[in-house]
Amino acid sequence: MQTVAVIDYGMGNLHSAAKALEHVAPEGMKVLITSDSKVIHNADRVVLPGVGAIRDCMAEIRRLGVDEMVKDVVKNKPLLGICVGMQVLLAHSEENSGVECMGLLPGNVRYFGRDLHEDGEHLKVPHMGWSRVAQSDHPLWNDIEDGSRFYFVHSYYAQCEDRSLVAGTCQYGVRLDAALTRDNLFAVQFHPEKSAACGLKLLGNFLRWNP
Amino acid sequence: MGLAKRIIPCLDVDNGRVVKGVQFVDIRDAGDPVEVARRYDEQGADEIIFLDITASSDNRDTTVHTVEAIAGEVFIPLTVGGGIRTIEDIRTMLNAGADKVSINTAAVFNPEFVREAAQKFGSQCIVVAIDAKKVSKPGEKDRWEIFTYGGRKPTGIDAVEWAIKMEEYGAGEFMLTSMDQDGVKNGYDLGVTKAISEAVVIPVIASGGAGNLDHLVDGIKKGKADAVLAASIFHFGEHTVPEAKQYMADRGIEMRL
Repeated sequence: MQTVAVIDYGMGNLHSAAKALEHVAPEGMKVLITSDSKVIHNADRVVLPGVGAIRDCMAEIRRLGVDEMVKDVVKNKPLLGICVGMQVLLAHSEENSGVECMGLLPGNVRYFGRDLHEDGEHLKVPHMGWSRVAQSDHPLWNDIEDGSRFYFVHSYYAQCEDRSLVAGTCQYGVRLDAALTRDNLFAVQFHPEKSAACGLKLLGNFLRWNP
Repeated sequence: MGLAKRIIPCLDVDNGRVVKGVQFVDIRDAGDPVEVARRYDEQGADEIIFLDITASSDNRDTTVHTVEAIAGEVFIPLTVGGGIRTIEDIRTMLNAGADKVSINTAAVFNPEFVREAAQKFGSQCIVVAIDAKKVSKPGEKDRWEIFTYGGRKPTGIDAVEWAIKMEEYGAGEFMLTSMDQDGVKNGYDLGVTKAISEAVVIPVIASGGAGNLDHLVDGIKKGKADAVLAASIFHFGEHTVPEAKQYMADRGIEMRL
């Protein structure tokens, strides 16, 4: 039986992600919410969700050894990072006066600031709602029209230093990285589990992805 | 290509049924919440808000089960409000599958609760509901006050100052209901919506009073809201979500179509 492990490190809403994965999982595939390193090690694919403050997220990730698990997982199976689960994969975040992250992707997580503008309009922060994502070629975008809207909610955004790893971008006052990928790893700033049909399609593509 | 403005159908739920009253009286039955939520999801609603208007403790389990059932089928953001008073209440609703909770009276009586909730769960899931009523007399400078108990009790708190304070405490979004307008379908109170939206940096959902599609347009264009909430115009089939979105898009508002 195929299994998908959704890593539970006590931060955020795993239920939404798990329910959406169950909704699109092929028959016989099981979705497990877990922090057990053995279960994660034996899973066929792994999802790293996350919401809330990044300092607390990183503290729990280190305390539970999730960073080591993730580094191990990406050597040989697909991993999907979502929202803060994407941000923790970068090297550093400006949030909470500066937090060192896992460094699996080169780059930083920056604050939008309170004075964000576009076309003369003052933009709200957090960036909350449905924005278009410009895609680059990747199997996780299969059957999703380029420029489709996904649901975002965040005040900090990723900027990857290696532009060849960028799989999707979004414009919100700045050009932010909406999707990053490297080998077995795919990470998104938006919430596919809350992005209606396009989000479910992306999760379905992840469950069938064989990098 | 920017951020789309959002349409958020609101389910006022009493004892497991969607209802809609005019200023909290004259309640009409609008169906089973799971079915109603599914219908709005299929229509392309951008989010759904579920307000438990009974909010008595004995109905808590029904609410949790209903939220679980909706979250298992509807893959857009779901906010749950009504009777959220403790950290444990928030945890219960998030575990049931809610993405955000809306805090109203509890914030007024204990503002620190908002700070604590935002620190614990992140601002992104803390919506502060503001029930405001105009208290200035004609000819005076506009002034709105926070009311509790369904608009019956004045608190003496200035609505705009309150919004600024709640943002500092960690609110991630406001759901702003005009108690003069709720359910009467004369349109949102654009004055207070604009005043608060321009005073804070977090998003504002305009609520209370949407009776036709022009009201939705005005909420965004004149009220400067980021999202518009409506109940009756969708519940009883007067309009559908796609029809509303197209109408707004035709008037130059960026929508997710």
